[in-house]
Amino acid sequence: MTFLYAAYTATWAIHITYLITVVRRYTRLKREVSELNKRKT
Amino acid sequence: MKKAFPILGLLTAVFLSYALYEALVVAPREQTMGDVQRIFYYHVPSAWTAFLLFAINFLASVQYLVRRNPKTDQIANWVVVAVGVLTCIGAYVIRPLPQDVYPSSIVTTALSVVGIYFLIKNYFSEQGTDILALTTAEVGVVFCTVVLVTGPLWARPVWGIWWTWDVRLTSTLVLWLIYVSYLVLRRFSTSGQTPVLAAALAVFGALDVPLVYFSIWIFRTQHPQPVIGGGGSIDPRMLHILLINWLAFLCFAFLVCWSRYQVERLQRDLEETQALEALLEPGGNIR
Repeated sequence: MTFLYAAYTATWAIHITYLITVVRRYTRLKREVSELNKRKT
Repeated sequence: MKKAFPILGLLTAVFLSYALYEALVVAPREQTMGDVQRIFYYHVPSAWTAFLLFAINFLASVQYLVRRNPKTDQIANWVVVAVGVLTCIGAYVIRPLPQDVYPSSIVTTALSVVGIYFLIKNYFSEQGTDILALTTAEVGVVFCTVVLVTGPLWARPVWGIWWTWDVRLTSTLVLWLIYVSYLVLRRFSTSGQTPVLAAALAVFGALDVPLVYFSIWIFRTQHPQPVIGGGGSIDPRMLHILLINWLAFLCFAFLVCWSRYQVERLQRDLEETQALEALLEPGGNIR
């Protein structure tokens, strides 16, 4: 059972880590866009 | 699509939870391996999803390369149609086919490849195909990583070893390395030719996908035989749960790819705007 739970946990750990990187990239881009808009106005 | 995203995300989460319940609770216990066999419900769908994403990456990369010249584009369309038609005819004419390979499965695969090719052509611009290729490679690498991690976790209790340099395992590792190098190229190369170089690498890299898939049919390997066709057999209840898990992972992969695609598009738009802004003076004049 240890290997089974390790495999399922590892799968979701990999997916969640990747999702966090995508969300962080999106947040950074959003901040840059709002800074750009502020500079324009 | 933007408004539907939270709903689709929620539905996918529910579907994944249901698939997890089916894999851990409902699926019958395998007699020889015991509960560790349930790793298969995550390992196999992840591998199939990775293969599908790498196939889309290949088709998007071909599209990106051929679209640069209208004549090449037209020739490529005819080549794709001709290969599709010849494969369909060949499936019913060439004999003998490998054990448990049906002409209908070859025809379905050929028609799917041709269909996806023309879908990409109609729905994505030249830059869109480049972004699609990048997105599918990145998400494909994530799924391939899951395959490479869950495989040894299954092998240790069943084979007694974490890893062996068997054809299936080695070719999967090579496939992962090819796509990691593809992503490294895209991330760190500053040349204007990066998308072209990456597309060319992706076209050659995709050649490893059939090698990985058919390695257990062609070579004698330690890896278990294919669960569908190829002489392998599986309990119908297990197959049903396997397909549920695959469908759930496909929905998840689609949503992740879509999100990543939007992020990449936003990044390119921002870079373009910043480059234009750098050229303009505050008054709006070009320096």
